[in-house]
Amino acid sequence: MKIAAEDITPVAFTVALFVIWEAACRFFRIDAFILPPPSAVFAAAAQYWWPLLKNSFVTLWTTVAGFLLAVVFGIALGLLVGWSRAIYRGLYPVMIGFNSIPKVAVVPILIMWFGIGEIPAILTAFLISFFPIVVNVATGLATTEPELEDVLRALGASKLDIMRKVGIPRTSPYLFGSLKVAITLAFVGAVVSETIGANAGVGHLMVQAGSNFQMPLVFAGLLALAIEGILMYAVFAVLERRMAGWAFRASMSAAG
Amino acid sequence: MIRLDDVTLSYKGRTGEVTALAHTSIDVKRGEFAAVVGPSGCGKSTLMKLATGLIRPTKGAVSLEGQLVTGPVKMAGMAFQHANLLPWRSVLDNVMLPLEIVEPHRSRFRREKAAYRTRALDLLGVVGLRDFADRYPWEMSGGMQQRASLCRALIHEPALLMLDEPFAALDAFTREELWVVLRDLWQRLGFTVILVTHDLREAAFLADTIHVMSARPGRIVETRTVDFPRPRPLEVCYEPAFTDLVHQLRGKIAEVRQA
Ligand SMILES: Nc1ncnc2c1ncn2[C@@H]1O[C@H](COP(=O)(O)OP(=O)(O)OP(=O)(O)O)[C@@H](O)[C@H]1O
Ligand SMILES: [Mg+2]
Repeated sequence: MKIAAEDITPVAFTVALFVIWEAACRFFRIDAFILPPPSAVFAAAAQYWWPLLKNSFVTLWTTVAGFLLAVVFGIALGLLVGWSRAIYRGLYPVMIGFNSIPKVAVVPILIMWFGIGEIPAILTAFLISFFPIVVNVATGLATTEPELEDVLRALGASKLDIMRKVGIPRTSPYLFGSLKVAITLAFVGAVVSETIGANAGVGHLMVQAGSNFQMPLVFAGLLALAIEGILMYAVFAVLERRMAGWAFRASMSAAG
Repeated sequence: MIRLDDVTLSYKGRTGEVTALAHTSIDVKRGEFAAVVGPSGCGKSTLMKLATGLIRPTKGAVSLEGQLVTGPVKMAGMAFQHANLLPWRSVLDNVMLPLEIVEPHRSRFRREKAAYRTRALDLLGVVGLRDFADRYPWEMSGGMQQRASLCRALIHEPALLMLDEPFAALDAFTREELWVVLRDLWQRLGFTVILVTHDLREAAFLADTIHVMSARPGRIVETRTVDFPRPRPLEVCYEPAFTDLVHQLRGKIAEVRQA
């Protein structure tokens, strides 16, 4: 396989970012307590690799658990909302209202209900990530071409037939597109919840390191989050291309 | 075969009621090729939806083979200006879609898939798309998609075919090619056709009867029988009688547009 210039640029930019960061820290003599240089961050990451890894796994599983809940509920609710205009009209304002609540505000309530632990993190991840799934599934269903629906209805297709043959397959690119966004949001939710109240997870680790004035470790935590976030996003971006590749190719068609 | 009896249809629009059709009557016999022409917005597409039972008339009655139509007719093949193929299905699978829906094919589909496949391939062969069966719609030109759409409308050998400006988006050559395809299919299979079109030459070349509609609210103001002998070669389009007919139809439509 030939490596193209385009494949190298992301790596080059990442390396450049660290080099500039390191240079700036040294050149401006920035206090390591304000902004530790990458060398110190990597050193901390090497030193504390086991706690970082262990807590990363905790964050990963709470994120994925919340995300899976969101997928199940999101698809179910999306299908329900997309099924009929009446349900859509009734539920939509409620969902908008619900979605406009900053989820950070809910975390203390969840902690009071379920105590410090993994459940509030899972639920926060769920709450924050399920909305885009619902909206995308419902949109996919609602945008079926009316003429195509006429073709099928004239053949005697029931609403369920139309949903199965057209609605659901049509929705898949919207769904997979939303999963990419949802996993990122679930991750945010899980970490936010961990920083507010938890006894494990990268967010928890960072709060602890912060209160012990271990700034390099705090930044190492950030780095771990970044890597984890990119990996999860990448998994779903690949999945999207695999599962709904026709949507990418169809949009490039000349005849439309 | 299909009859609209003094049908009136009003849509409830945002700005009040829109009467699309007023006191329209039309009678299409079994095996007849009927064309409907008329000024834009006069209710031609509405007429199609009424005839297939997709919408119910506000007043009047629609009947199919003597039976009152009260819901979708469950068997009509339809094709529109846009091919509307499903982009996640290959051309062949798109064409087979009606077989997964219409009885009795629906219940046999799994068991007799191979036979249905052959049937779909044969039909694609008739329109010259046999070699493209495994392609996806976006890999084909607009004209090819339209052919596939026509196949989808005919695969279950419906007794009734409804075409709403199916060739309007195509270039003149492709359009004439598809006229011939449709003519041959119709002559071979003998289904009943209602074709809505803006192209008067298309109507005159293909149809047995041409119904001219008035401006909105639409009704049939004239019905002309076209008696050029069958099978009709494309050359018929260059005969004086043909040109006369097109001319008269054109005059009639210009007249109803003014009114
Ligand atoms: N769903 C609807 N709600 C309200 N009014 C409608 C609706 N559908 C059609 N109409 C109106 O009914 C009239 C007839 O529409 P129709 O689509 O049948 O016309 P048409 O003859 O097919 O036009 P064209 O030749 O442009 O396709 C139009 O004036 C249109 O504005
Ligand atoms: Mg129309």
